Amino acid sequence: MGTEQYHEPPSELPAATRTFARLCTSLTEEAEAIGWYEQRMAVEPDREALAIMRDAQGEEFKHFCMDLEFLLRRTPLWREIAEGILFSEGDIVEHGEEAEEEAVEGEASKGAPLAGSESLGIGTLRGTAS
Amino acid sequence: MSHLLREQAPITEATWRLLDDEARERLAPALAARKLVDFSGPRGWEHSATNLGRVEKVGDSPDGIDATQRRVMPLVEMRAPFSVARSELADADRGAEDVDLEELDQAAHRLAVAENAAVFNGWGAAGIAGIAESTPHDPIALGEDCERYPRHVAKAVDTLRGVGIDGPYGLALGPEAHTNVLETSQHGGYPLLEHLREIVGGPLVWAPGVEGAIVMRVGGDHFLFESGEDLSIGYLDHDVDAVRLYLEESFSFRVATPEAAVALTP
Repeated sequence: MGTEQYHEPPSELPAATRTFARLCTSLTEEAEAIGWYEQRMAVEPDREALAIMRDAQGEEFKHFCMDLEFLLRRTPLWREIAEGILFSEGDIVEHGEEAEEEAVEGEASKGAPLAGSESLGIGTLRGTAS
Repeated sequence: MSHLLREQAPITEATWRLLDDEARERLAPALAARKLVDFSGPRGWEHSATNLGRVEKVGDSPDGIDATQRRVMPLVEMRAPFSVARSELADADRGAEDVDLEELDQAAHRLAVAENAAVFNGWGAAGIAGIAESTPHDPIALGEDCERYPRHVAKAVDTLRGVGIDGPYGLALGPEAHTNVLETSQHGGYPLLEHLREIVGGPLVWAPGVEGAIVMRVGGDHFLFESGEDLSIGYLDHDVDAVRLYLEESFSFRVATPEAAVALTP
């Protein structure tokens, strides 16, 4: 059961990938718990019990955010896209499309070497000066 | 095999890595323009020209036909040749840590200075208008007194704000001005470098190839560097004593917003 979170043999996975997978599993569990509490609260008539469940659901949300932040810190491109989607008013799908386009174009303009290139791969040096 | 012909050189994979690492290490500190302008590409060695999005009328077109021709900016190819003694390459393969790559270091510096000079000063013969020569703002004289540098830089920043160019700004300092800044502390011992950094709010860059300094907007697609082939090492030929190589790149540069920079003359 400890290795159910892996889709590939754990022994073949690098440590960083195993950690990433663990946090993905954790994120899923938090999201499931948030959904379960939402359903429980919808049918619970006892106000005291309801308050406890609301508090517990808040904890799950907090853990969900911490897991998500961890994963985004390790995926800079997706972090950039997430920044264009989260905490903004307006059309969510539109924000998603725009954020993805800008982030991917930005990545391409940072001077990453072309596939098969024998260049030194220097590209842009913006952000490297003091 | 690419046009760099690296596979033809009598150089092992490990020594190619050594040469590439050395070139990167020497180039990065001196490539000032890349720390300030907008970089796009690399688009590959086959990329020959930058699209300017403009056309010009073609004369003598057939009756009833309006003809225009696209205007493009051809990329310039720069190459800095150098040699490495084969005995040094053999020593590198034995694990020597002090391989003599002096000529490579000099070639890297020449190429970096040439790139900076093209971007900041311009290169008429290659059709490149530089930042300093394009700006419509009057140049500001830096003068001899380093302690007055903050005043001049602040004036340049005010000039940019005055025409609606908001920050972040960057400061490219020619070698002499850069040395002066590093050596100077103001009243109370506060380093001049820190004071200038606070004024511009962006990077301060050592810029060999620049005389004086340039205050400019960083980002925002005002200064456009387009790379065809990014900096690479290629192979020319060899004899019993030495291997002849070269550092090479192709690029274009254009100023989209001339008013987004102010030149400070020595």
